[in-house]
Amino acid sequence: MNTALLPAVFAAAAIAVWEIVVWAAGVPEYLVPGPIAIVAAFVADPTGLLISLGSTLIVTFAALLVAATLGVLMAMAMAASRLAEAAIQPWAVVLQVTPLPAIAPLIIIWVGDPFTSLVVCATVVAFFPVFANTATGLASPPAELADLFRLYGAGRIRTLLLLRLPAALPYFLTGLRISGGLALVGAVVAEFVAGSGGFASGLAYRILEAGYRLQVPRMFAALVLLSLAGVAINTGLGVLGRGILHWRGDA
Amino acid sequence: MLTISQVGRRFPGGIEALRDVSLTLASGDFLALLGPSGCGKSTLLRLIAGLDQPDTGTVRWDDGQPPEPGSIGYVFQDATLLPWATAAENVYLPLRLRGITREQAAADVWAALTKVGLQGFETARPRQLSGGMRMRVSIARALVTRPSVLLMDEPFAALDEFTRNKLQIDLLALWRDIGCLIVFVTHSIYEAAFLARRIVLMTPRPGRIDQEMQSPLVHGPDTRLDPAYAALVARITRAMEQALASA
Repeated sequence: MNTALLPAVFAAAAIAVWEIVVWAAGVPEYLVPGPIAIVAAFVADPTGLLISLGSTLIVTFAALLVAATLGVLMAMAMAASRLAEAAIQPWAVVLQVTPLPAIAPLIIIWVGDPFTSLVVCATVVAFFPVFANTATGLASPPAELADLFRLYGAGRIRTLLLLRLPAALPYFLTGLRISGGLALVGAVVAEFVAGSGGFASGLAYRILEAGYRLQVPRMFAALVLLSLAGVAINTGLGVLGRGILHWRGDA
Repeated sequence: MLTISQVGRRFPGGIEALRDVSLTLASGDFLALLGPSGCGKSTLLRLIAGLDQPDTGTVRWDDGQPPEPGSIGYVFQDATLLPWATAAENVYLPLRLRGITREQAAADVWAALTKVGLQGFETARPRQLSGGMRMRVSIARALVTRPSVLLMDEPFAALDEFTRNKLQIDLLALWRDIGCLIVFVTHSIYEAAFLARRIVLMTPRPGRIDQEMQSPLVHGPDTRLDPAYAALVARITRAMEQALASA
């Protein structure tokens, strides 16, 4: 049997067992809804959930774009100067180890604009992998190659453009893929923290809202959408990365 | 062409890589720096290339100026190719760094790849090539600027013996063809004896020159079968043993 089908078969079996157990044991829908109830909740109001998903995804991709841009720029600054490295590295770690829920209220108060504050929060979470991977990639060429560039009179900028940046590409793409998933997590967490005072349109807000109304199947439907979005981002960035490396001739 | 006088080099941490090393290099010569690891032969090569500066003593070129970029070619133990670039793009690199366009460089790149026997492999990526072929690309890259000095740091040490023997024969032919000065770092007595006209014996801790020998051989593909080659290997082996025992 084709092993690529195994996850799908496993999922189908698990969903079937779930439905049967919920139905057989008579578990009420407001505790654990079955898959059919969840699909029904989604079908009842798909536009509302999909618009919210779109809103969350816009925050996610805006944050990913900002995180990737800042990450690459700061990694390049670190590669260019030891002083910048000494100045940036500790703060990048501080940023990484600080839990988002702890700083999100501050960010929301300081930034003011709800959309921008969500993007800032998600960026904080998404920043580190793409930054750290790019920094590692920029430092990855062997010393002999750097010597060779020096031997032919190449300055820092040409060495960066022709050696360090191309060498960092696979590392950057790996970092981007990890950051993509984290940006979604960051966006949702920020939406939760912002709550009804925030943008009031993301998927997290739908989950909170459905929770207040005890619409548990709708909570699950939103959750499933989030998971699917996360898997799609991860897979999409993986395919994109492999495509770029294949086009360049790496693999 | 180049005079090295009483050069010393000590690295941070106190390791004395070179002490009181003097050597004169003539253009067009083929010189081997031979010794066990840690004898400072790679350090000496880097000093010649200008990639490192001596703490004491001087490295002086005959015309008083440090050489132009491109007049020195450097080949490392690893091929150190750009993995994302084709063979031709890798060979083009030194010209590119000197601001020469792809079109202007095309003929030189082709000539360099042909010299090392890689015509037809222009678009191959490093990972598609064998270790020996990667080293050929690396040599073509060093030759594409038509250097007057070719520095080689144990370039064949990681290759199997058959590939190594073939590359040694081809290198001798290249050297005759191009006529540049080759400084060849090796820890193989056989390799030094087979290739070099001058063999400089070095000893470690601190790195210094023990003595140098002129090769009596007429170098060619069949040198390995020549009794004079065996005699030279024996002579170097004995001298190296004595040098290491007294060092």
